[in-house]
Amino acid sequence: MTDNELIWRIAGGSGDGIDSTSQNFAKALMRSGLHVFTHRHYPSRIRGGHTYVEIRAKPEEVTSRGDGYNFLLALGDSFARNPKEGAVYGNEEIKPLSENLDDLREGGIILYDSGLVDASEVPDFEERVEENDWHVFDIDLRSMAREHGREVMRNTAGVGVTAALIGMDTEPIEDLMEEAMGSREGILEPNLTILHEAYEMIEEEYDVDHDVKLPEGDHEETQVLISGSNGVAYGALDEGCRFIAGYPMTPWTDVFTIMSQHLPDVGGISEQVEDEIAAACLALGASHAGVKSMSGSSGGGFALMGEPLGLAEMSETPVVLIEAMRAGPSTGLPTKPEQADLESVLYSSQGDSCRVVFAPGTPAEAYDQTRRAFELAYDYHVPAIVIIDQKLSGENQNVPESFFDREPNADPGAVLTEEELAEMPHDEAGKFKRFQYDPENGVNPRSVPGQKGGRFLVTGNEHSPYGHIEEDPDNRVFQMDRRMRKIESIREELDSDPESSHQTYFGPDEAEYGIVTWGSSQGAVREATARLNDDGHSVRAICVSDLMPFPETELTEFLEGVDEALVVEMNASAQFRGLAQKELGRFGEKMNSLLKYDGNPFEPAEVVEGFELQIVEDGTETPAANTRLEPAAGD
Amino acid sequence: MSAFSAIGEEREIDREEFTPLQEPQPTWCPGCGDFGVLKALKQAMPEVGRTPDEVLLCTGIGCSGKLNSYFESYGFHTIHGRSLPIARAAKLANPGIEVIAAGGDGDGYGIGGNHFMHTARENHDMTYIVFNNEIFGLTKGQTSPTSPKGHKSKTQPSGSAKDPIRPLSLSLTSGASYIARTAAVNPNQAKEILVEAMEHDGFAHIDFLTQCPTWNKDAKQYVPYVDIQDSDDYDFDVHDRKEAADMMFETENALHEGTVLTGRYYVDEDRPSYGEEKRSIGEMPEEPLAERYYDEDYEWERSYDLLDRHK
Ligand SMILES: Cc1ncc(C[n+]2csc(CCOP(=O)(O)OP(=O)(O)O)c2C)c(N)n1
Ligand code: SF4
Repeated sequence: MTDNELIWRIAGGSGDGIDSTSQNFAKALMRSGLHVFTHRHYPSRIRGGHTYVEIRAKPEEVTSRGDGYNFLLALGDSFARNPKEGAVYGNEEIKPLSENLDDLREGGIILYDSGLVDASEVPDFEERVEENDWHVFDIDLRSMAREHGREVMRNTAGVGVTAALIGMDTEPIEDLMEEAMGSREGILEPNLTILHEAYEMIEEEYDVDHDVKLPEGDHEETQVLISGSNGVAYGALDEGCRFIAGYPMTPWTDVFTIMSQHLPDVGGISEQVEDEIAAACLALGASHAGVKSMSGSSGGGFALMGEPLGLAEMSETPVVLIEAMRAGPSTGLPTKPEQADLESVLYSSQGDSCRVVFAPGTPAEAYDQTRRAFELAYDYHVPAIVIIDQKLSGENQNVPESFFDREPNADPGAVLTEEELAEMPHDEAGKFKRFQYDPENGVNPRSVPGQKGGRFLVTGNEHSPYGHIEEDPDNRVFQMDRRMRKIESIREELDSDPESSHQTYFGPDEAEYGIVTWGSSQGAVREATARLNDDGHSVRAICVSDLMPFPETELTEFLEGVDEALVVEMNASAQFRGLAQKELGRFGEKMNSLLKYDGNPFEPAEVVEGFELQIVEDGTETPAANTRLEPAAGD
Repeated sequence: MSAFSAIGEEREIDREEFTPLQEPQPTWCPGCGDFGVLKALKQAMPEVGRTPDEVLLCTGIGCSGKLNSYFESYGFHTIHGRSLPIARAAKLANPGIEVIAAGGDGDGYGIGGNHFMHTARENHDMTYIVFNNEIFGLTKGQTSPTSPKGHKSKTQPSGSAKDPIRPLSLSLTSGASYIARTAAVNPNQAKEILVEAMEHDGFAHIDFLTQCPTWNKDAKQYVPYVDIQDSDDYDFDVHDRKEAADMMFETENALHEGTVLTGRYYVDEDRPSYGEEKRSIGEMPEEPLAERYYDEDYEWERSYDLLDRHK
């Protein structure tokens, strides 16, 4: 093993507790002083079906799943033991072993539950083990679990064996088990017994001669393990969002669930409603009545929100929508990531788009940019959309606790008080002139129902300054220009403070080549950039988060500074590259694409390979993995 | 001074306050039933005791959707079929305001049918007026969900093969706690019912029969109505679900052949509104949420306090 890192993969059946076990183990690794990153892979099934979670732990910051892994804990799929002959999903009993071997690094460890998995059924198992110098431990975790507790506790046995094999202290694991199970009678004790039995058995009975060891690390301050969905939800809470409406759809459900669990405690309201059209409309209604609110969905559900989204633009009702992408079209790959909803998020709904769209790349950015989305939505009366995806929503990364130590901001934005309203123009009946022509940044402060002297009419039709339906061409042009001016003003506001740019850069300030990416592909690009520079290339990366209004100046500067660039994104039609070309009006001949749309996120090695093939070798060869190269326009 | 000082203001209220001064000329056709709804609504307001500043009138799209252009209050002219989800969230956000939603039969029972069912089920505290003219008005006379079977229009040239929706029965099974039918040609009853509906603490659904002289010349809306509460022939208990259901069934069966009956069909004063239900299980704050944003002393919770579970 070359790198000082542990990448532990736990594989088994969906519904077998893989998620909770890995979550706890990741925290234990974090508490041991390491930086951690988790990656979740699961099928669109409730019970059974092959699933795995990977936890990468290093003494230094980790931002991606890495390439391959070095420790496999293969639990059996308890739901696949009696598959029907010829069932569509097939016999998955041995998958926890066979499905995972391709990515296991040389010298890695295989620990499998011989109570449920039979290695002799895996084709060429012995040969492959020999070839790759893998260290195999076949241990009957199931019997161990049965003997001291229940069969489901075989996860704990697996963790106990893992700890012994990598030389990890079990104390953080025990603490976490106590925190998680302490209150449930008859659960904690047997689990602790199983953990110790497993640990001691290895110590006593096995000679350990492999290199996969727990790295040593230390944190200077307390860390928290959070997902992109946590980031979004916590950002929303800190911006004073107290209303959410939604309808479940993977992976948006994560944000919706987190918000629904916390909102009642802080006096907020969460509504699960009949469909996504209703969900977005409820968010508009609550916002119209003065509460900071949000909604969201994934692909198909977001498509249903097109009309309310346009209504938010025309009626100038602030709202924040989350789009958690998954692979499409249609219901696509329900539990797999893709970055292919970009164009639909930018342009869905009729008419010219007048919205803010951000795509954060890490859980911490998800927090920051959700906060910024709320600020802008309420200051400028526009819908703001935060795009995340299945990868970012479900992956966990450690962030220093102090990162969240910020002041809440519940400012409702451009809203008038009754005193201020009294000074504003009204007609003789007392109707407030809500949509005036003149403001410089395009924003006319609003009033809220129940305020004296604030009443106005708002409509999705084009309207006069008092809100009445109005088709006069001059009024139309004035109103349209004013609304579009808000987006320009937002860009100016964002550009006015380069320090707080949402775009993230990696690599040297000046470099020969560039890598451009957006959203959740940031982690893999970051690591690949470091590796390419270590290998003697000269590469700088920009990870774009502002999609509308587009960071024209920043990206222009970046592209002018490099000879050629590789645009990395998870879709088949190079959507971001198309957007950049449209917004910048040039650079078509400088931007090559590396695309991936097989349902799995990029690994750093794929970005490195894509860069070498496309930029260094000029794209004559095709990449080996499930990625695709797309030459620059005109090539 | 409270941030929402219009709410709860007590003073004499004149119905003329609800007429916009810079009123756009109504675009409704001469003789349209929608004028009757507007008039009845303006007449009801002084009795309900709400000022224009404390009323939010959300409408859908259609001729009926223009109601709030001619009615002075806070207004949200939304999108086709969606007035209800917007209105009900506004009520949850600020329970102090009077929330009314309105739209056509196509808007409410067709494209917005799902929202109708669910808003009734949840029993949101609001009033919902459906302008039932048995036709699509604004889009020029297509068959609507309430048009009778066999109704011919340009999009159903051989006559509709569908049975019409039964709005009252649908409302009852969905869970509305106040259900009435009235008619634009019967302004006194209409006003009374509107007052009751607004004062009712729960979802009040009014199927408001309106004539569309432009596109629906044969509809029954011109025949005289019988007020079921005034007639000895229709004795039933409006608080009894079963009796109400039977009455509705009879009426809805007879609508296109027999007598048109109007009045209250079902009133349930005991069922708590959705807001109350949510408050009782701790999912909605006691104080109106919207007010909090104007309270300078309010201490906003931070997500920082939630981080322990992530350590
Ligand atoms: C999503 C959508 N579909 C269709 C329309 C076109 N449209 C406008 S009003 C209307 C029907 C109006 O009929 P109804 O709701 O009965 O109201 P009325 O005009 O009779 O008052 C339709 C189909 C629209 N505006 N939006
Ligand atoms: S088309 Fe019918 S419903 Fe519409 S305004 Fe004319 S009469 Fe009224």
